[in-house]
Amino acid sequence: MSVLAIRDLDVRRGARHIVRGVSLDVARGEILAVMGASGAGKTSVLRAVAGLDPIAAGTVAIDGLQLSAGPLPRGALLRELHRRVGMVFQFHHLFEHLTALHNVWLALVHVQRQPQPEAERQARELLEHLGVGARADAVPRELSGGEAQRVAIARALAIGPPLLLMDEPTASLDPARRGELAATLRQLASEGRTLVVATHDEEFARACAHRVLIMDEGRVAR
Amino acid sequence: MAHEWRFRIIPRARARAVVCVCLAALVGATAAAQTPELRWGGDAEGGAPFVEADPGDPARVVGFEVDIAQLLADGLGRTPRFIQTGFTTIDASVARGDFDIGLSGIEDSFARRTRLAVTVPYYRFREILTVRAADAPRYRTLADLRGRRVATLAATLAFDLLTEAEKEYGVIVVPYEDDVHPYTDLAVGRVDAVLLDEVLAERGVRRHPGLTNQPASQGVGYYVGILAAENTALRNQIDSILKQAMRDGRLEAIFQRWKMWNDDQRNLYARVTADESGPPPQPQGSAAQLSVWDATLRYLPSLVTATVITLVLSVLSMALAIAIGVVIASGRVYGPAPLKAVLTAWVELIRGTPLLLQLFVIYYGLATVVQLPAFLAALIGLGLNYGAYESEIYRSALESVPPGQLDAARTLGFSDRQTLMLIRGPQALRLALAPMTNDFVALLKDSSLVSLITVVELTKQTTIFASNIGSWFVPGLLCAALYLLLSLPISHLARRLERTWRRA
Repeated sequence: MSVLAIRDLDVRRGARHIVRGVSLDVARGEILAVMGASGAGKTSVLRAVAGLDPIAAGTVAIDGLQLSAGPLPRGALLRELHRRVGMVFQFHHLFEHLTALHNVWLALVHVQRQPQPEAERQARELLEHLGVGARADAVPRELSGGEAQRVAIARALAIGPPLLLMDEPTASLDPARRGELAATLRQLASEGRTLVVATHDEEFARACAHRVLIMDEGRVAR
Repeated sequence: MAHEWRFRIIPRARARAVVCVCLAALVGATAAAQTPELRWGGDAEGGAPFVEADPGDPARVVGFEVDIAQLLADGLGRTPRFIQTGFTTIDASVARGDFDIGLSGIEDSFARRTRLAVTVPYYRFREILTVRAADAPRYRTLADLRGRRVATLAATLAFDLLTEAEKEYGVIVVPYEDDVHPYTDLAVGRVDAVLLDEVLAERGVRRHPGLTNQPASQGVGYYVGILAAENTALRNQIDSILKQAMRDGRLEAIFQRWKMWNDDQRNLYARVTADESGPPPQPQGSAAQLSVWDATLRYLPSLVTATVITLVLSVLSMALAIAIGVVIASGRVYGPAPLKAVLTAWVELIRGTPLLLQLFVIYYGLATVVQLPAFLAALIGLGLNYGAYESEIYRSALESVPPGQLDAARTLGFSDRQTLMLIRGPQALRLALAPMTNDFVALLKDSSLVSLITVVELTKQTTIFASNIGSWFVPGLLCAALYLLLSLPISHLARRLERTWRRA
């Protein structure tokens, strides 16, 4: 059974059609790489799935939760959505005023209503699992690109979503780090996570993805 | 006045008017060079019968002081020229040579005699207690007014009398910057009595039929002209002109015309003209008998109290301004379009009009509807005014938080409210801290404006101190030091906080 099922997805920005009729399925534990040139619509597909951009037409089903055309999801639907989807942004968007550890436990306490000591313990474990446990007390500006990315992954994983979206994860990494990241993603998949990775880095896509999908001008090319 | 300026500028003929103005200025300058001027300073805000703008022609001034200036100028063979000066700064202005003589219902006092050349007194007045007609039987003297609010003009003999009555009888002194509002506030019930000279008291009662003057005199004072200390030669000339006018009835004619003549003046003139060399009537008690050092020691406790008032008022106003600023900024960032439009209009209204005007409207303008205590009116006025500025700081700070931060918050499931409280707000606060510190320091100083609605804060207390000892030097230095004492720690704290945040 697929964790993510997209049918005939259209996304517009103003009058512009950014994504046209995209359909795809991703199975549990699978890593799908979405490739294509800049402006092909990769990021827009991820943003529509994450509930950041409205769906113009079509449907998105995530682990049984259905999003359809209309305004952005709000309230209970938004909370349900974010229990299922985590997102790692190209530029990480870590909360600049908080430490790495605080970035990871913030949603556990305020969205999932966990007690803070428990949330902190869990956050520390996640950071250690991703190899950045030593940087827990650093603030984002003190982190390298690779460290910030790992903290961002930990933050997205903290709330335990079955589906993880990553936008251009290799953009801030040197080649050696790309290999490490591929290994990390493989490990996450082997633990049962489903990953959709938007990238234009072909080598990285081949190294980590089970399947590659190419987009061109808003459509699935192959 | 022989030397007047009257322009009526019609937009259609503006260019022509400008030429006329230039020509008139040239002619005026030439005329001035030909006949020497007697420049005399006064405050036209003091109003009739002293000096006021002629209702028929606002470019002219009229009043008994205007007539006396004309009399003096005639005697000196000069042309009188009126120079508008705020009442509380007449002493300082004449001392630094802005004009030759100050004439504006100026009271004789030791401070003035020590610092300035003072003319012989030309009018004797009694200090009169004005009360609401209904209170006339119970408030006859200052002793009847224990625990009651009594209004007066700051830095006058009446103020000194009230300060003593404060110690002796426990009356509450409410000093005003002008001599009109004590009576309007008495009429609406904000104060229970006004102590001022009989000229003002008569006028107050004429304007407010519900008020009445108590017959008993609470003290006696004299109006004099004041000149710079080194100007004794001119002062002596003026003294002989005044004495001559007392003898030949020209002064009496002036005061008859203004309906101010009475037997007190007849007696005063007899005394002044009979005793050519003897000392003039002694003014009543004042701080100026003390040395500057003793006066400073005497005023220090009240300056410290005033500093505390400035600080408390500023802190509370800033707290209110921050609350208002947060509400307006949130409305402008998150609210629906009509709310945004209303809030924008409000901010522009508040920013586009003077704080002074807002304070007047809140304190005096609303007095018929709601009589706010002065401190509360000051707090609301400053809070509303600074709230508009704060809201702009917060709005721009909120809008400066990168949209990626908001996207990240959304994908983690935070509600808009949580995003504002946990992520956007704290980040915006860091951006807003420096301009907020700036605003708080500005507010500390702007709080001095509230003295115009009778709150005695640091600047006001300094003005009282300065006019009682007749010098701004020591009071000015002390006042500046006290303001710095308030603002420097705040700036320091803000810089430290900024450094901590930059590191964090």
